[in-house]
Amino acid sequence: MGIKTSILLAALAFSHLILLFAGFFAPCDPTTQDRELPYAPPTHLRFRDASGFHLRPFVYAWTSSSAGEQSDDYQENYREDRSREFPLQFCVRGASYKVLGVFKTDVHLFGTTEPGKLSLLGTDSYGRDEFSRLLFGGQISVAAGIAATAIALLVGSIFGLIAGYYGGWTDESLMGVTELFLSLPWLYFLLGVRAFLPLHLSTVRTFFLLTGVIGLIGWARPARLVRGLVLSLRHRNYVLSARGFGGSDFYIVRRHILPEIAGVLLTQASLLIPRYIAAEVTLSFFGLGVNEPAPTWGNMLSTLQQYSVLVSYGWLLAPAAALVVTSVLYSSLADAIHRG
Amino acid sequence: MKLIARLTLQVCLFTAACFAAAPAPEAAQPGEELARMPDVSGRYGGHLTIGQRSEPKTLNPVTVTDAVSREVIGRLMGDLIEINRSSQQTEPALAKSWKISADGRIFTLQLRKGTRFSDGNPFDADDVLFSFRVYMDEAVDSPQRDLLIIDGKPIVVTKLDQYSVRFALPRPYAAAERLFDGLAMLPKHLLEKPYREGHFAQAWSLNAQATEIAGLGPFRLKHYVPGQRIVVERNPYYWKVDHENQRLPYLDELVFLFVGTEDAQVMRFEAGETDIISRLSSENYNLLSREKSRAGSQLADMGPSLEYNFLLFNLNDLGGKKLEEVSGKQAWFRDLKFRQAISSAVDRDSIVRLVYGTRGAALWGNVGPGNKLWINQAIPHPSRSVETARQLLKSAGYSWNSAGQLVDSRGHSIEFSIITSSSNGQRMKMATLLQDDLSHLGMQVHVIPLEFRAMIDRVFQSFDYDAAIMGLGGGDADPNPEMNVWGATGTSHLWHLGETQPATDWERELDQLMQQQMVTLDYAKRKQLYDRAQQLIAENLPFIFLGSPNILAGANARVGNFHPAILDPYTLWNSDELYVRGPAIERAGIR
Repeated sequence: MGIKTSILLAALAFSHLILLFAGFFAPCDPTTQDRELPYAPPTHLRFRDASGFHLRPFVYAWTSSSAGEQSDDYQENYREDRSREFPLQFCVRGASYKVLGVFKTDVHLFGTTEPGKLSLLGTDSYGRDEFSRLLFGGQISVAAGIAATAIALLVGSIFGLIAGYYGGWTDESLMGVTELFLSLPWLYFLLGVRAFLPLHLSTVRTFFLLTGVIGLIGWARPARLVRGLVLSLRHRNYVLSARGFGGSDFYIVRRHILPEIAGVLLTQASLLIPRYIAAEVTLSFFGLGVNEPAPTWGNMLSTLQQYSVLVSYGWLLAPAAALVVTSVLYSSLADAIHRG
Repeated sequence: MKLIARLTLQVCLFTAACFAAAPAPEAAQPGEELARMPDVSGRYGGHLTIGQRSEPKTLNPVTVTDAVSREVIGRLMGDLIEINRSSQQTEPALAKSWKISADGRIFTLQLRKGTRFSDGNPFDADDVLFSFRVYMDEAVDSPQRDLLIIDGKPIVVTKLDQYSVRFALPRPYAAAERLFDGLAMLPKHLLEKPYREGHFAQAWSLNAQATEIAGLGPFRLKHYVPGQRIVVERNPYYWKVDHENQRLPYLDELVFLFVGTEDAQVMRFEAGETDIISRLSSENYNLLSREKSRAGSQLADMGPSLEYNFLLFNLNDLGGKKLEEVSGKQAWFRDLKFRQAISSAVDRDSIVRLVYGTRGAALWGNVGPGNKLWINQAIPHPSRSVETARQLLKSAGYSWNSAGQLVDSRGHSIEFSIITSSSNGQRMKMATLLQDDLSHLGMQVHVIPLEFRAMIDRVFQSFDYDAAIMGLGGGDADPNPEMNVWGATGTSHLWHLGETQPATDWERELDQLMQQQMVTLDYAKRKQLYDRAQQLIAENLPFIFLGSPNILAGANARVGNFHPAILDPYTLWNSDELYVRGPAIERAGIR
């Protein structure tokens, strides 16, 4: 494993750990609305005030417009209230959350004291902290991407193995099915499927549905890839000799074929994960994904469909940036694995 | 060579046709009874461009159903009596005067003499008779037909002489003169043939030639480019004149550009490609007002509109339907205290602030502050109180379990979903705010955005929903258009559709009040009846009223006489009076 691969792996592991422990790293609850602070710009972390430099950074609270002005123009009317400083604190108690969905706690890595508010990436239209939503949303989006990839690769390799290994009419019929799957207009199909499902699905069920759907749509391509590999592998001499010595199909696949396609599957995984994260984002963007108030990168970005929001509140683009970074990390990793 | 020459010639001819100047206004003829607008002044020439969200579907004023087509058709057509969008009162149009009999059943209208259609043909009582025959013909299936059939009987229209017409109503009908607004007078000489041949609905499609269409509006069709624009030019025979007796309209042309979406409308307006924009959302209005200094445009906040947005519970009779889940929840929804608790827990101030960016009004009844003539000022505006809501729920037998969830007396936890149209961002936002408000009462609410048609189907047909956020109103200030909502058998009696008998006592009283106000001619008495109706609605909360957006519009600095109104069409109702300011009048056709 090269240095580049190790660095990439470390970066990915680090970012995924942050997402995994989002509750600890996020200063706020992702669904709590602060109706006094819609579209508040990111809070500036400050080190210097009138009395000089401070080692411990602090923030000022936002106040909305001064009297007499139109108070609806949030962006231009938020001002820092310099009368009071709220120092940044570590390991503070705040909104309660569950670690890994099991242990309940209320300790956050950093935060500040009320009524000061630390919103590193500003707030959205309901005054919810964008940074906390980014982390919690990433949990769902990235997990959906990984789970969907696992499903796609599992189903894809099973069908690809069977088709490539047995050949003949099995191969023809299975590959016919993959062609059918590749040619379906999926977005319209999904819109239709959603219409038949019950109106309300819980976040958990939507999550499984989403990953299931993305994975089941995606199995066709890996299946064709695996099938092509297996097709050439099964005529290799060591496979033929293993068969000559009486090895069962299962033994041959496990001992001789799977190890050969493992590398390809790994590369596929690192290519598919970012693609399926983006697929979740697309589906949520069209309202087919997880519903409000639970955040995902997709439904967070869907507010940007409005032109006025897009041009006025730049910090709401944060999920798009996170998506780009994650994708670049994964595809560089795929590249590194491929080369190394 | 010959071919090139011919092509060049054709191109030249085509350009000439496109760039041909608009017709000059005709001089007044002796005996022509023109309508003089004493307060209107302006200058001739130029054109204005309006961005439309979509392409019109038809130019037929009788069968039109969509707002975009109506925006264009309204410029081409004239009515007998008009509602002045600014004063909200009726005023004479093609009928210069009218008399109402003492019992309120007979209307006698005097038509303007010497009026001509935009193709120069005269207009008289025969055209009026023809128009009403078409509107009331079942085979034509006009959406306005229902208004003209009262108690199952049609209005009887009789010609008294060439310039007077009598309308006999089957029974007294309050503010019946308002009915005439929106009923375009049709040219008998052009439309009788398609009508007799039974294909009236196909007449005046977008493919029609400009010469086939004539109306009594300020403009007439010039040309239509599919997918791009419709251009209308001055009607040289228009029957209104300004304070100097100059024939209106001032503009040579109006251009309707098909731009696609609301965002596209805003961007085109920002870029100066369009001159007038209406029905702006507060976000876009704020966006434009930030850039106002640079662009120098005039923006108008006309105050609350007549539209009311509300939360609606499914109180339909689900007897014949297999909807056990919904019918199980209806026990809560039918409970008045439950609805009152929800109304008390709703943070309407936040809705006005976050949904409308303060450009809107909170609502506690079906008539908002925009409708100054009819609002019942006595309806209380209790402020938000989660405490009151909890008390109400407690007194109705609800309690809270250890997890803080609200449960009913049978121990079921209160959980329901709110459907709303996914294309309406404002209502989606209201739903999300409501979800949060109601979570403070321990209710689990799910917000379900649906495609508009899917939502309408659930509310009107399948009844497969718990609650919905919708909006109504916005047409006319008068209570009569509201009949179909508050009358027990109305087609928009949304919370309980298809009733043959009012289900509750208050609904019976409401139905009676609405029927009564319809036949009461005196405004003060009608107001009393409608006040009581509003009170009943506010007390019994068939809808939980949320808010009403302001009418926001904008125009380029060079647009003169820009007076938007809170009634539809918000900005183009006085298109005959709009003009282009400044010395440099562009030649028509240059764009």
